[in-house]
Amino acid sequence: MVKKFFERFYVGLIILFLYAPIIILILLSFNSSKSRAKWGGFTLRWYRELFKNESIMNALYTTLIIAVLSALIATIIGTAAAIAINSMKKTPRTIMIAITNIPMLNADIVTGISLMLLFVALKFTLGFTSVLISHITFNIPYVILSVMPKLKQLNPHTYEAALDLGATPLYAFFKVILPDIFPGVLTGFFLAFTMSLDDFVITHFTKGPQINTLSTKIYTEVRKGIKPEIYALSTLMFVTVLLLLIIINRKNDKNANKNTIISKI
Amino acid sequence: MKLRNVLKTRTPKSPVHKSASGPNMPKAKWLSFPYIVWMIGFIIIPLVVIFYYGLTTSDSTFTLNNIALVMDPINLKALKQALELSLVSTVICLLLAYPLAMILNKSKMNSNSFIVMIIILPMWMNFLLRTIAWQNILEKTGIINTILNFFKLPTVNIINTPAAIILGMVYNFLPFMVLPIYNVLIKIDQDVINAARDLGANGMQTFLKIILPLSLPGVISGITMVFVPSLTTFVISTILGGNKIVLIGNVIEQQFRVGNWHAGSGLSLVLMIFILISMAILSKYDKEGSSLW
Repeated sequence: MVKKFFERFYVGLIILFLYAPIIILILLSFNSSKSRAKWGGFTLRWYRELFKNESIMNALYTTLIIAVLSALIATIIGTAAAIAINSMKKTPRTIMIAITNIPMLNADIVTGISLMLLFVALKFTLGFTSVLISHITFNIPYVILSVMPKLKQLNPHTYEAALDLGATPLYAFFKVILPDIFPGVLTGFFLAFTMSLDDFVITHFTKGPQINTLSTKIYTEVRKGIKPEIYALSTLMFVTVLLLLIIINRKNDKNANKNTIISKI
Repeated sequence: MKLRNVLKTRTPKSPVHKSASGPNMPKAKWLSFPYIVWMIGFIIIPLVVIFYYGLTTSDSTFTLNNIALVMDPINLKALKQALELSLVSTVICLLLAYPLAMILNKSKMNSNSFIVMIIILPMWMNFLLRTIAWQNILEKTGIINTILNFFKLPTVNIINTPAAIILGMVYNFLPFMVLPIYNVLIKIDQDVINAARDLGANGMQTFLKIILPLSLPGVISGITMVFVPSLTTFVISTILGGNKIVLIGNVIEQQFRVGNWHAGSGLSLVLMIFILISMAILSKYDKEGSSLW
C-alpha cells in the first residue's frame, strides 16, 4: 500500500515537472500585463489581437504548410522505402537502417548546418523550399521506423493469395498490404508532422531571412520579450491537440474493447 | 496518439511472420530508389560538404586550423562545460526515467497508454516557449522564490547558472529517456521474471540479473537520445544561461551567425566525433534501431 502510494506520488511529481511550464504559458496567455514577469489581471485581449497580428498568422501558416507537406511527402517516400527495405537481404538492409538512423541520432545543429552548406554550395536560395526539403529529410526516418514493425507482422500469404487470384501487384498492394500497415503509416505521418511543427534548430539554419516559422519567430523575440499573442496561439494549439488526443483515445479504447470481446468468442 | 500507436506496434504478443521479409513479399526494391536518392542527396552529401568546409580555408586550401580551433581556451572551456552539463543531465534523466518506466510498465491497465501519452503531450507546446516558461519559475522574483519567500525561507539563485541549464536539459529530453526504456521493459517476457523468482531470486536479484540486462538496449538508446542533443544545444543555454554560460553549441552557432563558416564547420566536426562514438556504442547494442521509438 505504502509502495503504491510512493509510486503514484512519484508519477505525480514527474507530471507536475513536465506540466508546470505549460500551466505558466496558459496563464500568461490570459495575463493583461505585457510583461512576462508580473500578473496584471485576467484578459482575453491577446486572443482577439492574435488573429489581427499578420506576422504571427503568417508564421503559423508557414509552419502548418511545411508540417503538412513535409509529413505527407516523407510518409510516401518512407512507406515505399520501408517496404523495399523489408524485402532486402540482411546486409543491404543493415546498411539502409544505419543510414536511416543518421538524421535521428545526429545532432540537429550538425544536420542543420550541413544542409545549409549544401544549399549554399549549390547556389540555392534559402527559403521555403530549403526548409521543406530539410524537414522531409529528418521526417523520413520516423515514418520508416513506424512502418517497419507493421510490415514484420504482416502475413505474407495474403499477398500471395491475392496474386494467385489474379490481382496485379499494385492492386494487391492497395487492397491487401496497405490496409494492414495503415496504422503504422498514420503513426509515421503524425510523428513527422509533430517533429516538423516543433523543430527549431534545423529551420533556424536553413530558412534564410525571408520566412519565419513559429519557432524561429519566437527565437527572435526571446531577448526583447515574447509577444503575449504567441502565448494565446500556443495555448490554442495545445488545447486543440489535447482534445484531439482525448477523442482518438476514447475511440481506440472502444475499439480495443470490441476486439477483446470478439477474440473471447 | 503517436505514442499509443508506436507502443502498439511493439507489443511482443503480436504474431511475427518470419517469412514476411524475404522472397514472399513484393519484390519491390525499386521502391527504395526515391529514398536512396534523397538520402544520398540530403544526408550523405551534406556531411561531405561539412567535411570540406571544416578542412579548408576560404580560398579552398587544405588546413587543420579550423579543427585546431577547439584548443583555443575559450572554445575548449565551452566544450568541457557542454560535456559536463550533458553528462550530468543524462545521468539525472536516467535516474528519473528508469523508475518511472518501471512503474508505467507495471500498471498494465487500459489507462496505461493514457499515462504515457501525458508524458509526450508537452512536446506539442513549442519547446522554446516551454523553456522560456522556466525563466518564470526560476528567476529572482520567480515562482520558486515567491514560494520560498512566503515561508520565510532563504531564496535561491538558479537562473543563469549551470543548474538552470541542467534543469532545462532534463526537462526537454526526459521523454527521450523514458520511452526507449519503457519500450524494452514491456517486451520482457513475464515468464522469464517468474522463472527467476521460482528459482529463488529475490526482488533485487531479479532486477539486477534479469530486468536490468534485458533493458540495456533501451537504456543505451535513451542515453544517446539525451546525451547528443544536450551536448549540442545552444537554445537551452541561451534562454536559461543568460550570456554567462557558453556551450560548444553556442560557439558554433555564433561562428555561423557572423559568417565564419569554415571555423564553424571545423568545430562541428569535433562535435561529430562525440556523436559518432555514441552512435557506435548504440549500434552495438541495438542493431535494428528498434528501441529508438
